[in-house]
Amino acid sequence: MLWLSLIVLLPLAAVAVKAFEDGPSGFFDAIDAPAARAALLVTLSISAIVALINVVMGTLVAWVLVRDDFPGKSVVNALIDLPFALPTIVASIVLLSLYGPQSPVGVHLNATRPGVLVALLFVTLPFVVRSVQPVLIELDKDVEEAAASLGASNAVILRRIILPTLAPAILSGAGLAFTRAIGEFGSVVLIGGGIPRETEVASQYIQKQIEIDRFVNGAAVSLALLAIAFVVLFVLRYFGSRTAAREGRAR
Amino acid sequence: MSAAPTPADAPTPADIDPDLARTVTTAAGGEPQTIVVEQLDKHYGDYHALRSIDLVIPDGSLTALLGPSGSGKSTLLRTIAGLETPDGGVVRIGGEDVTYVPPQRRGIGFVFQHYAAFKHMTVRDNVGFGPSIRNYPKDEINRRVDELLEIVGLAGYQERYPAQLSGGQRQRMALARALAVQPRVLLLDEPFGALDAKVRADLRRWLRELQATTGVTTVLVTHDQEEALDVADHIAVMNEGRIEQFGGPIEVYEQPVSEFVMSFLGDTAVVGGELVRPHDLQLTKEQVPGSIEVIVDRVVHLGFEVRVEAHDPEGRLIGAQLTRDEAGALAPEVGERLYVRAESGPRTSTSA
Repeated sequence: MLWLSLIVLLPLAAVAVKAFEDGPSGFFDAIDAPAARAALLVTLSISAIVALINVVMGTLVAWVLVRDDFPGKSVVNALIDLPFALPTIVASIVLLSLYGPQSPVGVHLNATRPGVLVALLFVTLPFVVRSVQPVLIELDKDVEEAAASLGASNAVILRRIILPTLAPAILSGAGLAFTRAIGEFGSVVLIGGGIPRETEVASQYIQKQIEIDRFVNGAAVSLALLAIAFVVLFVLRYFGSRTAAREGRAR
Repeated sequence: MSAAPTPADAPTPADIDPDLARTVTTAAGGEPQTIVVEQLDKHYGDYHALRSIDLVIPDGSLTALLGPSGSGKSTLLRTIAGLETPDGGVVRIGGEDVTYVPPQRRGIGFVFQHYAAFKHMTVRDNVGFGPSIRNYPKDEINRRVDELLEIVGLAGYQERYPAQLSGGQRQRMALARALAVQPRVLLLDEPFGALDAKVRADLRRWLRELQATTGVTTVLVTHDQEEALDVADHIAVMNEGRIEQFGGPIEVYEQPVSEFVMSFLGDTAVVGGELVRPHDLQLTKEQVPGSIEVIVDRVVHLGFEVRVEAHDPEGRLIGAQLTRDEAGALAPEVGERLYVRAESGPRTSTSA
């Protein structure tokens, strides 16, 4: 308990105190500043798109990895974790060299919103894949066969049996991807360019505020991010534990 | 298991209302429902799972496919269901060639060993799954689900989730789910294999009763000869991808066509180069025609039966099963010289 307080709660409290140093109005003014609002909006909207794309692509990748056999499958499977292992700044350089000004493929995403999007997709890819994969492995073939014997077409089996079973895992993966995306710094710092009101994400805004000695502004935006991440995780946890209890997975 | 408002794992046969059962499960029309399998062949790589199987399942019967694991019994059942495609041969259901018809359109109900419950759905939605994807009106689905749950002894469990049911209850839910689509045939793959002995015995009795009242042609796969003899009115004994013998329970037990069938359907002893049932052995103090000499090694009292373990002059072990009365009259003692012969019952010659 003490350890948890020291390592997690104390710093969080410090940020909160700092954010409200100029009173509640000071906090809201800091968040309401046009540049701050723009940064938060860019961050949240791109992160939401990232989470959505991950839901579809991550589920598909997990499906292929579990259900299909192809040469080099174990290599691909290991590759999924690469964004976890890679320092995010390295990811940014990798993306910059591929999509930057000297792009070998002729795609220039440097300092654009799609650039930020690609960077965030890269670092959050594993979340949905890795949360869906074990559930898919556990999904018994005979459940699908039972549905088929009852007259269900493949589309019906997917919609009414497989997706509902995967839904909690997909949601939790999406939530993790989203919360990771809103706080991401390293991977977007180079390719994003940090153009205010265009590609500047919240973490870059915070850094900038600290650099120009507007500590309160930085803390306020940080607290806003923190609150959003907390709410998202809490809601997902609630849904997750509800299904788990219902389906007896918690046993 | 949580407290149950209605019968727990064993609804008595009297609980099943025959009229109710019939209205829910009898298919419309009087077309032939018999399953016919001709020259069915199936390989898995080098493994020959089914070898030219010919089989006619009598209309309205409860037939058991009995055999050891790897004998092809489950493959045969799954091929009838359309969950496996044969390499050759024909499957007919109700006179129609369904060999390449997908399981969705075969009019079957299939029950799996591990229940295959839809865990994210309530019992009501599980049982109503078949009717609901056929877009039946909601009222009718609910009515049918309620009726079926009554038949399987799960009335009052509609809003529970599978995780809240015991194994026996889950399997009865799976049966109700299979019956909800009014199948022409009911196919059960080791349906009681995952349940403990007490529940298994209760469910067997209950299945026999349910089958008798609904009259739906039923095929059950099992590796348990006692289960086959108990529930089935026909038994197909399978071995190495072939049907060794097809007949009634008494027939396959009393007139086995091969050493395999003889030994798979019950205990055996080898006496004078013949395979016989231990309970058909007669022990005497005096030599009688056809008997051989044995020395008693052990006498085991197992309640109503007494097992006498002995060896013949060549040292081969022979186990004889006596009733308590027979053993009382004979009073065999360890080390005593006795004479044994098969007095009646089936026997097959053996290579042993």
